[in-house]
Amino acid sequence: MSIRIDRQRCVGCGKCAEICPGNLIIIDENKKAFIRDPRDCWGCAACVKECRFQAIKYFLGADIGGRRTIMYVKKENDLLYWFFEKPSGEKEVIIQNPNDNTTY
Amino acid sequence: MNFEVKMLKTDILIIGGGTAGCFAAITIAEKASNANVLIVEKANIKRSGCLAAGVNALNAYITEGETPETYLQYVKEDYENIVREDLVYTIALRLNEVTKKIEDMGLVILKDSNGKYLARGKRNIKINGENIKPILAKAVESKRNIKVLNHVNIIDYIVKDNKVIGTYGFSINSNVFYIITAKAVICATGGAAGLYRPNNPGFSRHKMWYPPFNVGSGYAMGIRAGCEMTSYEVRFIALRCKDTLAPTGTIAQEVGAEFVNSKGECYERKYGRPTTYNRVFSTIEEIKAGRGPCYLKTVGISKEDEQRLIKAYLHMAPSQTLKWIDSGKGPSVENVEIEGSEPYIVGGHSASGYWVDTKRQTTLKGLFAAGDVVGGCPHKYVTGCFAEAEIAANSALEYIKDKEFETLDISSIEQKLNEVQRFFNNTSPLYTTEELEEAMQKVMDVYAGGISTGYAYNLKGLQVAKERIEELLSLAQNLRAENTYQLMQIYELIDRLYVCKVLLHHLEARKETRWRAFQEFVDYPYKDDENFLKYVNSRFEDGKVKIIFRSLVKKDEVYEHKD
Repeated sequence: MSIRIDRQRCVGCGKCAEICPGNLIIIDENKKAFIRDPRDCWGCAACVKECRFQAIKYFLGADIGGRRTIMYVKKENDLLYWFFEKPSGEKEVIIQNPNDNTTY
Repeated sequence: MNFEVKMLKTDILIIGGGTAGCFAAITIAEKASNANVLIVEKANIKRSGCLAAGVNALNAYITEGETPETYLQYVKEDYENIVREDLVYTIALRLNEVTKKIEDMGLVILKDSNGKYLARGKRNIKINGENIKPILAKAVESKRNIKVLNHVNIIDYIVKDNKVIGTYGFSINSNVFYIITAKAVICATGGAAGLYRPNNPGFSRHKMWYPPFNVGSGYAMGIRAGCEMTSYEVRFIALRCKDTLAPTGTIAQEVGAEFVNSKGECYERKYGRPTTYNRVFSTIEEIKAGRGPCYLKTVGISKEDEQRLIKAYLHMAPSQTLKWIDSGKGPSVENVEIEGSEPYIVGGHSASGYWVDTKRQTTLKGLFAAGDVVGGCPHKYVTGCFAEAEIAANSALEYIKDKEFETLDISSIEQKLNEVQRFFNNTSPLYTTEELEEAMQKVMDVYAGGISTGYAYNLKGLQVAKERIEELLSLAQNLRAENTYQLMQIYELIDRLYVCKVLLHHLEARKETRWRAFQEFVDYPYKDDENFLKYVNSRFEDGKVKIIFRSLVKKDEVYEHKD
C-alpha cells in the first residue's frame, strides 16, 4: 500500500509531514507535500486521516493485488468517513463512530 | 554540514514516545509533579510506533474466570516454559488496572447490554482503537512536567562508571545535535523490523506488519553500551493475511475461522498444540507439502459478521478493508489467504530484548526499559506495555531520589560529534545505504533462516552470515549523508546490523529446536530440555558477542542483577 498526494488539493499545511511515523513526507520548495519514497510507505494511513483537504489518497500496489480503488478519509463531527472510489466511478463509504461502545 | 550543539537536562529521559514511552511519562507526571520528564521521539508521538494505524482489541486482559496465574500459564505454555515468570506475572497483576486507566483517558471499549466489556476469547477485549495514539498524546500534553521532543533520533547512551547518565541524538529536520543529561533513562523504543528480506519486495518492500520504522535502535544502543541481552534466538514470525500483512487474529477470533489448506482440510492441530509459533510452522509445512495456498476459512460467514470484520480492520489495518472492497470479494465469499512474515525481533510478542531485573532496570545502572525492548516476557501486547511502563516509571522515580546530575566528559562529546559528522564528510562511497540494507536482508534471508529457506538455518550458514554482517558493518562506515534524514537512515542500518550480529550468535548458541519456525536449527532438530531449559543471554565486550546461559526465573522470585 502507499499514498498519492494530490498537489492541486494540497495547501502545504505540513500536518502530514508532522505526523508520518517514518518521517517520509516533507513540504517541498513549491510548498506542497511530497513523499520521499512511496516504496517506504507502511500504509498506516495516519497522514490520510490528518489531511483536512482530502489531498492524500491511499491505494494498494498492483503487486499486492491492487485494482486501482483509492481510499481517503474525512473527519467530521467526531465521525470518520472512509471513502472508497473504484475505477468504474462507483463509490462506497463506511462511517465509523469512535465513541460508539456497542459496535466497531 | 555542521551541527549546532544543544545541551538539555531532565530528571527522567524517555527514549521513544510509543505505547510504553507515553504511559511511563504519564505515570511519572502523576506520581511526582516535581520530576521533569522529557520524551524524545524519532517521529511524532501522535502517530508513532506500532499503534500508528490503531488497534481493535486489547489482547492482554484478565477476563471473568481468568486470573493472573492463568495468564502466566498461557504464556509459559505458548513459549515452551522459557519466559521470565517474574516479568510476565508482575505485568499480569496490572493488566486490568491499566485498561481502566486508558479507558478513563478516552479509549472506547466495546460493551454488552449489561455494560460489561465485550470479550473476544479468554484474554481479549474489543475496542474502538483507531485513535489510541492521539489519546495517549493528548494525555501527555496535559501534564505540565512532561516535555516532548519530536523528530529527534537518539543514537547512543552516555555511560559513566557503568551508569547511564544521558544520550546523544540529532534532529531529523534541522542540523541540531543534542546532548541530553538525565538522572535516569527509560528506553521504550520498539523492536527490530527490516533485518530480513521482506516477503514482498519492489514497490511494497517495507510492507510488513510491524512498523518498518522500528529498527531496533534501542537494542543496538544497549548492545554497544555493553548491556546484557536475552533470547534473541526466539524470533517472531507473524502469520498474516496475504499481501496486506494485516493481523489474522481478528478473523480467527471474531468468526471462529479455521485454518484450511487448498484441499479444504483443517490443519491447525495436525502438528501439535496450536501455539503461536506452531500455527506459522504448520502453515509453512502445508505449503511445503504442496497443499498451499492456505487460508482462514471465512466463506459462508453471515453478511453481518462480514461487515463487522470490514469495520474492525479500519481500526488497525485499513489496507485489509481496502483489499476486500477493491477486489469486490468480501470474506463471506472468499477465504482469506494467509502467509508468514519475515522474522522480526520483538520483545512484546516473543522474548528478545534487554535482560532486566524485576524492577525493569537493565544491567547498566540508571537505565530502565519497558515494552518491546524488554526481553523474556512475551505476549505483552498493548496493555502489557502499559503495565511494564508503570513498573519502569516507578523504579526510575525511586532511583532518582537524592541523585544529582553527573558531569559530562568533553572529550567523549567531541569524539561522538566527530563520529556523526564524518558521514557528511565521507566522499564518493561505492555503495548507498539502501544497497547495504538490501545486502543485509539477503544474507539474513539466505543464511539465517528467512522466508526463502522456510525459516530453517544451519551452522555453516550462520558462520557465513556472521562474516558478511561484519563486512557490511565495516562498509557502512564509509556511507555518505547529504542531510539529517539520510544520516538517520545510515544509523538505522548500523543499528540493524548490530541486532543481526547478536541474533546470529544467539541462533548459534541454542543447539536445539524449541520453537518450530521461530527457531528452526536444522543441525539440531529436536528440543533438548536437559541442556536448554535456560535463557540464552549475551553481552557485547571488546567487539565480540559473549554468550551467557542463565537459569530460569520463577514467578515469585524477585530477580536482581548480581554478576
